[in-house]
Amino acid sequence: MYQWNFSWLWDNYDFLFSGLMVTILLSAAVVVAGLILGTVNALGTISKHKFFRIISISMIEVSRCTPVLVALIWIYYALPILIGVEISALTASFIALTLYGASFYAEIIRGGIQGVDPGQYEAGEAIGLMHGDILRRIILPQAIRKMLPSLVNQSVINLKNTSLVSVLAIPDLLYQGKLIALETFRPLEVYTVVALFYFALLFPLTMLVRHLESRNSVKH
Amino acid sequence: MIRIDAIQKQFGDLVVLRDVNLKIEKGEVVALIGPSGSGKSTLLRCLNVLVPPDAGRIEIGNTRMVFGESRLQLKPKELAEFRRHTGMVFQHFNLFPHMTVLQNVMEGPVTAKKMNKQQAQELAMEQLEKVGMSIKANDYPSSLSGGQKQRIAIARALAMEPQVILFDEATSALDPELVGEVLSVMKELAAEGMTMIVVTHEMSFAREVANRVVFMRDGVVVEDGPAKQVIDHPKDERTKAFLSHFHANEH
Ligand SMILES: Nc1ncnc2c1ncn2[C@@H]1O[C@H](COP(=O)(O)OP(=O)(O)OP(=O)(O)O)[C@@H](O)[C@H]1O
Ligand SMILES: [Mg+2]
Repeated sequence: MYQWNFSWLWDNYDFLFSGLMVTILLSAAVVVAGLILGTVNALGTISKHKFFRIISISMIEVSRCTPVLVALIWIYYALPILIGVEISALTASFIALTLYGASFYAEIIRGGIQGVDPGQYEAGEAIGLMHGDILRRIILPQAIRKMLPSLVNQSVINLKNTSLVSVLAIPDLLYQGKLIALETFRPLEVYTVVALFYFALLFPLTMLVRHLESRNSVKH
Repeated sequence: MIRIDAIQKQFGDLVVLRDVNLKIEKGEVVALIGPSGSGKSTLLRCLNVLVPPDAGRIEIGNTRMVFGESRLQLKPKELAEFRRHTGMVFQHFNLFPHMTVLQNVMEGPVTAKKMNKQQAQELAMEQLEKVGMSIKANDYPSSLSGGQKQRIAIARALAMEPQVILFDEATSALDPELVGEVLSVMKELAAEGMTMIVVTHEMSFAREVANRVVFMRDGVVVEDGPAKQVIDHPKDERTKAFLSHFHANEH
């Protein structure tokens, strides 16, 4: 019978906690930047100008057809050779995760916008509103309500993807766990605790998705 | 006060409006009738440039738009301003579901006309009063019946203080028992001297309320005259053929 031993936790608690903070802050940065870039690209894909459509669609497809781990490594090791500028591991991680997340956000947002009845746009035009006002005041508020569950869901995936940055030795939750495990020879306990930390972060979010989905289905 | 000159519109190869000419005086109520696909909706949508015509001229009050050669020069801002002179009431209401009834009616004055909120609210309440919906001002559209929604859509159009209101089959999506309340609001507007162009299949309404009936077919105006005369004694064979369906239904 395996003897569980969590005594290491008291010595390494700060260490683990700092990893958790890195994971949370990086996730938050990736979600915020991803939503901004995703919104811009979503508007790009439905733009009247072909130029914007091509740029946005290319950016989306390249990002979402590259595995995050490959993007992470490519941006960190290969891109600096191309542009001749060193990129820190943290910057590389932020760029790779943001591009990846943004491509999925963009598709969710585009779908949400196009899912709004075209009669809504016309009604806005008919009372003399301009294109920007119609998007901002009529289309987006309705689209956001519909796409909120998917956006939160994608954010859950983005948060999980941050665990990949440990390959670039960024001291996130998983990386700190790995160090503690090596030092204490207690991998089973350490990785169990790490998994529980992720679960504690993500479970409320998935509950939120459920809540938002049920609220939307009640409305219609 | 409204002049439509030589309006043409085609979608791809399909010519929908061939050459439409109409002159409508202030306070006139014009019923626009015709078979499905004859271009009635397209004509209304051209009138408030939801769909810009390919050629022709539209004059509403003192503003005029010329289409055709100069079409590329139509600026979004000019189009939006032009639309503020015309109200539009859609078959499916198209109320904004995320706004209260009051916000729906205030949206045009506040966002398009930049009226201050206080003033816009008073104006909106006045219009809601007119259509008998002021008690529902703070409700959301999803809790209302079709007839109530359409009356609110009319108030929303009125709040822009347009020179003409266009109705595109405003009662065809309604349950039969709800048609009456919307028609009676339209009658009141007509009696107050509102200029209206009404696409309708309600011949009794056209006969009773409209001053004039315009019959369209295949993208042209076939017959145009006083309502009772066109409906009771149509001159053109095509108008007779079209109306015979309705007379058969009514008796
Ligand atoms: N945006 C569009 N693109 C392509 N074809 C269109 C478009 N809008 C209308 N049409 C076509 O134009 C023709 C006239 O349509 P319109 O809606 O003006 O007819 P209508 O007289 O209002 O008919 P109904 O009584 O059925 O409403 C139809 O054949 C329709 O399919
Ligand atoms: Mg129609």
